[in-house]
Amino acid sequence: MAKGRVVIDVERCKGCELCRPACPQDVLFLADDLNSKGYRPVILLDPNHDCTGCALCATVCPDGCITVYREIPAKKAVREPALA
Amino acid sequence: MNPAVMTAPNETLVYARPQSLADCYTHYCPGCTHGTAHRLVAEVLDELGLRERTILVASVGCSVFAYNYFNVDACEAPHGRAPAMATGIKRVNPNNIVFTYQGDGDLASIGMGEVIHAAARGENITIIFLNNATYGMTGGQMAPTTLPGQKTSSSPQGRDVAMTGYPLHMAELLGSLPGTAYSVRRSLHDARHVIQAKKAIRTAFEVQMANKGFSVVELLSSCPTNWGMTPEQSLTWIKEQMVPVYPLGDFKV
Ligand SMILES: Cc1ncc(C[n+]2csc(CCOP(=O)(O)OP(=O)(O)O)c2C)c(N)n1
Ligand code: SF4
Ligand code: SF4
Ligand code: SF4
Repeated sequence: MAKGRVVIDVERCKGCELCRPACPQDVLFLADDLNSKGYRPVILLDPNHDCTGCALCATVCPDGCITVYREIPAKKAVREPALA
Repeated sequence: MNPAVMTAPNETLVYARPQSLADCYTHYCPGCTHGTAHRLVAEVLDELGLRERTILVASVGCSVFAYNYFNVDACEAPHGRAPAMATGIKRVNPNNIVFTYQGDGDLASIGMGEVIHAAARGENITIIFLNNATYGMTGGQMAPTTLPGQKTSSSPQGRDVAMTGYPLHMAELLGSLPGTAYSVRRSLHDARHVIQAKKAIRTAFEVQMANKGFSVVELLSSCPTNWGMTPEQSLTWIKEQMVPVYPLGDFKV
């Protein structure tokens, strides 16, 4: 399965937690610390690299806090220079 | 481009905050799907390349500051009058894309006359209509869209239809008028429905680009603060309580 990662704008996050049940991989958690607005933001905790970059979290985030990246599969990435 | 976006060489960018959404923070309560609706409109304006020629008419309600939240030109209409103001702007500037963003108190209560006549005239404008079954901004009073039996601050025993009547179905009502080119209802309660809502918003703007007439998208939206629920419970409430009363569907396409 594709691998991905998300970057959460913790200052913008309001800690509503709607992204958490939307995530099929269960890699989003509440942070220990509060942001400057007093909200407890969500962070990515993904030690096993389970995030797939599906972007379902970003699709439901009301505040547009989440940027999503997906890895280009390794085969594709090496094929290009090999062909050149 | 959002400076926070830094794509590594072995990655592709799958999702980033749209450019048509202003960089500021919004005043919406945590988990309020007004924010989701803003994001979807901004994504559509980006994708259709409309940002530089779009004019928003903001309304009165929790979305009263919407003019600060989109990177488009905007003005603010008195309560309920956004479709009238949008009519004037569009008629004078037919090459601009003009949309209103209105709540159910604004559109279906004080603004009922304006929206019906704008649709009846077939004005070539787009209405983004957020139905959260309450007056959010003023403290959660009963709206024309409040569900039968729903408790609000002005119907503490639940809405009594014998005294206050039945909910208004705006997407159906507006869809019944010949001037309306596009009228649908969608919901914002989970990722699948959010994606469907975005498609409808896109179609509504495309209808306006093709000069086909009045387009409206009704979006079932949450108000966790006044419903007295968590954001997640609010989405379940939309799915289980609102959708049966307000069926999702296309009433004019
Ligand atoms: C002429 C006038 N009458 C009444 C009000 C008070 N008022 C402000 S917002 C609002 C209702 C907003 O409800 P809705 O349109 O559903 O938006 P929401 O806040 O739920 O997003 C009312 C009655 C006002 N501002 N102006
Ligand atoms: S991109 Fe998908 S898998 Fe990754 S955190 Fe978001 S919802 Fe979870
Ligand atoms: S959905 Fe958005 S605002 Fe809500 S907790 Fe997740 S990142 Fe934060
Ligand atoms: S009061 Fe309700 S509609 Fe208004 S911002 Fe808060 S949750 Fe959203």
